[in-house]
Amino acid sequence: MTVALVLLEVVPSGALAASSAGLLVAAARVGEPVAVIAGPADVLPGAAEAAARLGAVRVHTAEVDSSALTGPVVDAVAAAVAAENPDLVLASNAIETRDAVARLAARLRLPLATDIVGVARDDLGVVAHHSAFGGAFTVDGAPTFGPLVATLRPGSVEGQLDPQPLMVRGLEVLASGIPSGRVEAFSETAAASTRPELRGAAAVVAGGRGVGSKKDFALVEQLADALGAAVGASRAAVDAGYVPATAQVGQTGVSVSPKLYVALGISGAIQHRAGMQTARTIVAIDKNPEAPIFDIADFGIVGDLFTVVPQLISALEAHKK
Amino acid sequence: MKIVVLIKEVPDTWGERRLDLETGLADRAASAPVLDEINERAVEAALAHADAHPGTEVVVLTMAPASATANVRKALAMGASAAVHVVDDTLRGADLLLTAEVLAAAIRRTGFDLVIGGNLSTDGGGGVVPAMVAELLGVPQLTALSSLALTHDTVSGDRVSDAGTMRVSAALPAVVSVTEALPEGRFTTFKGIMAAKKKPYETLDAATLGVEPEDPAQARYIMLSVAQRPPREGGTKIVDEGDAGERLAAFLVAEGVA
Ligand SMILES: Cc1cc2nc3c(=O)[nH]c(=O)nc-3n(C[C@H](O)[C@H](O)[C@H](O)COP(=O)(O)OP(=O)(O)OC[C@H]3O[C@@H](n4cnc5c(N)ncnc54)[C@H](O)[C@@H]3O)c2cc1C
Ligand SMILES: Nc1ncnc2c1ncn2[C@@H]1O[C@H](COP(=O)(O)O)[C@@H](O)[C@H]1O
Repeated sequence: MTVALVLLEVVPSGALAASSAGLLVAAARVGEPVAVIAGPADVLPGAAEAAARLGAVRVHTAEVDSSALTGPVVDAVAAAVAAENPDLVLASNAIETRDAVARLAARLRLPLATDIVGVARDDLGVVAHHSAFGGAFTVDGAPTFGPLVATLRPGSVEGQLDPQPLMVRGLEVLASGIPSGRVEAFSETAAASTRPELRGAAAVVAGGRGVGSKKDFALVEQLADALGAAVGASRAAVDAGYVPATAQVGQTGVSVSPKLYVALGISGAIQHRAGMQTARTIVAIDKNPEAPIFDIADFGIVGDLFTVVPQLISALEAHKK
Repeated sequence: MKIVVLIKEVPDTWGERRLDLETGLADRAASAPVLDEINERAVEAALAHADAHPGTEVVVLTMAPASATANVRKALAMGASAAVHVVDDTLRGADLLLTAEVLAAAIRRTGFDLVIGGNLSTDGGGGVVPAMVAELLGVPQLTALSSLALTHDTVSGDRVSDAGTMRVSAALPAVVSVTEALPEGRFTTFKGIMAAKKKPYETLDAATLGVEPEDPAQARYIMLSVAQRPPREGGTKIVDEGDAGERLAAFLVAEGVA
């Protein structure tokens, strides 16, 4: 049986990252999904159990010094690759795991595919699917031979595998000897609210420069809560300090493909559209009838967001009752 | 101190960007190529250090077709001291590993204390080249820095991920990549453009770097097929006459998303 090795990420709370279920589903399309988890000793047992519940047939664990950046994780994944000989090494396209598998691919001289949105296998081996230039193009790629290392766009593969009996193996990790960066300090992003994460969210409400101030951005959040949506933003809103950079949707921010995308006071510059135009339904509210966002909106309202949104929220609440 | 800045020419994000449906490569004729904005910020970061520390050398490095020369010169006009341009037809369509191998070989040849790249290139790049280059050079990497501080032997900065903000540091030599939270690149001046014409501009090919792009023993990542999706079209557009919020709520309910 061929193996698809998945690097799972442990978040600061000790839980597996939200991307884990989708990674295992994607991996299972190529081979037997086997997980590797590198983290502080106290979180490993719980994380390994969680991985088995999400369908990992085996879980390799390695205790790593979390004050060293990336290097020890690369060493751990390299040890798991040596043990499993996988056809695919898959990780989330999140900063930490992407860095780790990028270094792994360079170290083992393996082909690398990034930000893939799906993976399959054919007679010749592993095939990865990409969505390029904001979803305007779809591209398939493959290694000329042998295994592939890839990062999966969070939220692009849904579902969950059946649970597997827990089988844990402690990895014997050889340190590469390459110096690592140091983590001097870490401050966790303010306790994640009950709001869904932007990546992979089913609905997103995003605000732009038109929202006008950090204070008024609360209106964007209120609508998000009324719709059970994640909060996004344009780069102009991030630059103006209304929201943290992690909320940025677009070319140089997060790419989302939700069922519903609501743009409030966002003109729809081409770089913003590149991150959201694959949404199933797009709604836009903007004062300017010429705003390019209307070219792609299924439902566009030319109007002032400060009058339309409060009315919308009351109407949604009335409907819920 | 010698700083190597990785720069890349990309199709202008303001234009319509296309992939050639035959080759799967960016269609260079479809939109004007520009220096990637994030790389202008990377050059700026290096120049800001050089301004404050005379004697700092800033070398810009690219692997790109010969036609990219004008954009490399732009980085020289901003104030970089020298350029290294790897040009080779056999590198057309190079995958990430080959790109990183070429850049690492060129950096080793040039020498470096610090390498600065962009966190993510806008032409579909994966945000991995700097980390791969760091591995091949055997040095630490600090990616996605939203601030950058440099001393004669260390580099440090803030790094924002979904989970939180880290303060990270590394001993030099090291590779870092920076985000668009860093200041924009400075404008070029007439004086800068004239001075750029006299700066060292080295052109190298793969063989000089000891890289074999067509080595049959090395697996590469290749494009199998490319398809274009039909462009998205607009739907209903209404002007608010006092009831737009209610009409939108009805639409969302009908769509099954509220
Ligand atoms: C290399 C590069 C990468 C980029 N990457 C990104 C990216 O990832 N994401 C991104 O978003 N941008 C990105 N940009 C920036 C992009 O070009 C735009 O500048 C940005 O998207 C504009 O944000 P905005 O729509 O909020 O602001 P604006 O374009 O200023 O639009 C604000 C809109 O709000 C409307 N408005 C104002 N007041 C109201 C009101 N009361 N009610 C209703 N409407 C109102 C206005 O009519 C206007 O249409 C990038 C640019 C470059 C060059
Ligand atoms: N061909 C190249 N030549 C020089 N630098 C590059 C090249 N490709 C990538 N880079 C650098 O790596 C960064 C991230 O690119 P990418 O991994 O393609 O998203 C870019 O912003 C550049 O600094």
